[in-house]
Amino acid sequence: MKRKAIAVWALMLALVMVVSACGSSGGSGDKVTINMMHLWPEGTSKTQYTLVKEIIDSYEKEHKNVKIKTEILENEQYKDKLKVLSGSNTLPDVGLAWAAGFLEPYVTANQFASLDDLLQGDLKDKFVSGTAEAYALGGKTYALPVELNIVPVYYNKEIFAKYNLQVPQTWDDFKNVVKTLADNGVTPITLGGKEGWTGSFWYMYLVDRLGGADLLDKAIATNDFSDPKLAEAAKMLQELVDMGAFNKGFNGLSNDEAKSEFNNEKAGMYAMGTWEVPNFTTNPDVPQEFKDKIGFFRFPTVTGGAGTSDTWVGGPGVGLFVSEKSKVKDEAKKFVSYFIQQWGEKSVTEAGVIPATKVDTSKINLPPMFIDLLNELGSAKKVTLYADVQMKPGAAQEHYKLIQALFGKEITPEDFAKKTDDSLKAGK
Amino acid sequence: MDKVMSNKRIIALYVLPSIILIMAIIYIPIVLTGYYGLMRWNGIGSMEFIGFDNYSALLKDDKFWDSVMHSLVFALLSTVTLALYLIVALVLTGNIKGANLFRKIYLLPMLLSSVAIAQLWLKVYHPTTGILNTLLVSLGFSDPPAWLSDPKYVLGALFVPILWQYAGFYILIYYAALKNIPNTLVEAALIDGATPRQIAIRIKLPLIMEVIKVTIVLAVVGSLKYFDLIFVMTGGGPNGHSEVMASYMYRQAFKAFDFGYGSAIGFFLLIICLVATWVIRKLTETKDPIQYS
Repeated sequence: MKRKAIAVWALMLALVMVVSACGSSGGSGDKVTINMMHLWPEGTSKTQYTLVKEIIDSYEKEHKNVKIKTEILENEQYKDKLKVLSGSNTLPDVGLAWAAGFLEPYVTANQFASLDDLLQGDLKDKFVSGTAEAYALGGKTYALPVELNIVPVYYNKEIFAKYNLQVPQTWDDFKNVVKTLADNGVTPITLGGKEGWTGSFWYMYLVDRLGGADLLDKAIATNDFSDPKLAEAAKMLQELVDMGAFNKGFNGLSNDEAKSEFNNEKAGMYAMGTWEVPNFTTNPDVPQEFKDKIGFFRFPTVTGGAGTSDTWVGGPGVGLFVSEKSKVKDEAKKFVSYFIQQWGEKSVTEAGVIPATKVDTSKINLPPMFIDLLNELGSAKKVTLYADVQMKPGAAQEHYKLIQALFGKEITPEDFAKKTDDSLKAGK
Repeated sequence: MDKVMSNKRIIALYVLPSIILIMAIIYIPIVLTGYYGLMRWNGIGSMEFIGFDNYSALLKDDKFWDSVMHSLVFALLSTVTLALYLIVALVLTGNIKGANLFRKIYLLPMLLSSVAIAQLWLKVYHPTTGILNTLLVSLGFSDPPAWLSDPKYVLGALFVPILWQYAGFYILIYYAALKNIPNTLVEAALIDGATPRQIAIRIKLPLIMEVIKVTIVLAVVGSLKYFDLIFVMTGGGPNGHSEVMASYMYRQAFKAFDFGYGSAIGFFLLIICLVATWVIRKLTETKDPIQYS
């Protein structure tokens, strides 16, 4: 009995050794595997998915010893998984992160590697100014942006023409447009209020046009939401709600559901980031007649307000990070540098994504809406970073709820400002 | 067999693997959750011991108590609907035609995942193009409510799919219990001239009392920790009007980066569930349970 057991143990041990030997022989010869996680699934972000794949393929072709494995998750699940992985120090070697408030806990926990060497080296002067800086903390940059977005108001030209409406220049014009559409039974604006951040765009713009480009930034940075203009903007928003400007039941609808109302031409206007532009220009799955009907305009100015029409709500979207705990950090950094450069050259033309690196519009052939937007971006006086990204995570969650409550008319504009103030001061 | 079962060491050996598993994936995490609740921790960086601050903040957190209220409403409603399921099961066990088919129809929703059910009902409740509102409009209601975005209706609107989802499960349990009742008892009552209703209330119900108690515990505890369907359908909104304990815990831990506080909520949820189970056991205690034969 005993002898048999020893024999079995010996056999098992031998097996384990053989298997592990195989494992290590596979790892020799300078073979490097870089794990990458991104958030563009083939189903919903086909163009980005294809471009990423293309860049990886060409990198693997140029670097025979490198193998890049990708894992793809949809936005919200991606965020959750990133958090869980970082808790166990098993972040992928390369991944995507958001700016400012999102980045902070990861950086303080020493999860992301500083990418300053890339910024000083290969990628020097490649970025639109102010974009890479959004990922800097304590003087070091921890991620490099791959997209830059602003939020225009898209509108359906056909619906506007049907009711003899012009692109609104001022808030009064805008309210007139809303009123005309609402009176004729057309949903003026479609909004997916379930997600909070969608409504935040409207509030941010009103604050900007009313109180000037720096008011919101300053309020969040100093944790002081007491400026009366901040409550007044909230009041103007509720007036808009009272006019029936938004689609029915918007607080229970997701952004995708709201978007489909615009895409089905049931609503006149839709404010969303420029990541939607491919759906109005290059996406082959969208019929050309619909694309031709869609235009965009700058958010109107408010008479007597301190803001101008050439400031935008927006900001760099996701940026590539390299894990501090990665075993192949140098290889990963090389790949990130390659990725950013390739992405910068191809993303507008192939995926319809505006990169955070500078684009020479004269050299490329693009749909007019893209050229217009890139030019707007070029002449923009300021891009105000999304409020929820600026805020700390706890305050951002509260902001979503308060925006819902404001749009749903559950709180007064004054309470909205007061409660935002409280949540900012809580410092979470 | 008897020889094996009398050997304590052998018993211990066979029980050991599952004990280790249960310890590792249930009991140890529970203890750890309670421990994390004592920390200020964003889930990523280093922890800082802050004693019972999270727990005392929790007791003063209005939003948390709102979510507790919503969970309790769900628990109460699910308990009440058990009566409905019981009636259906009683009808199905009475010799009606097609009982088998109906049983399968009721069981069907249980085979779908919560997320699929949520997606389905999101379409039903869509404020303009949903089946429900289309129907209401065609019946003459000019302005039917937007079910999921109206604070007045959102809890009720969420409960309907939950009721629908679990119908099969509870009906199946009751059905099996009722089928277990010896036919001789029912026949004896019939000979004595009992009506079907008398048979149901005086004979069948007392005999399956133990099963009913178990389902009450299942329903209450299940609703207290309910999460997935609500998370997909409303995400706790609008403005927290459908936030339940589990979704609030998720939001605090994963969205607001406050893992310590989230853990405190999780631990509290566990305690509430334990207390609820204990209270239900006490309330439904009977001195001498009725036995067959």
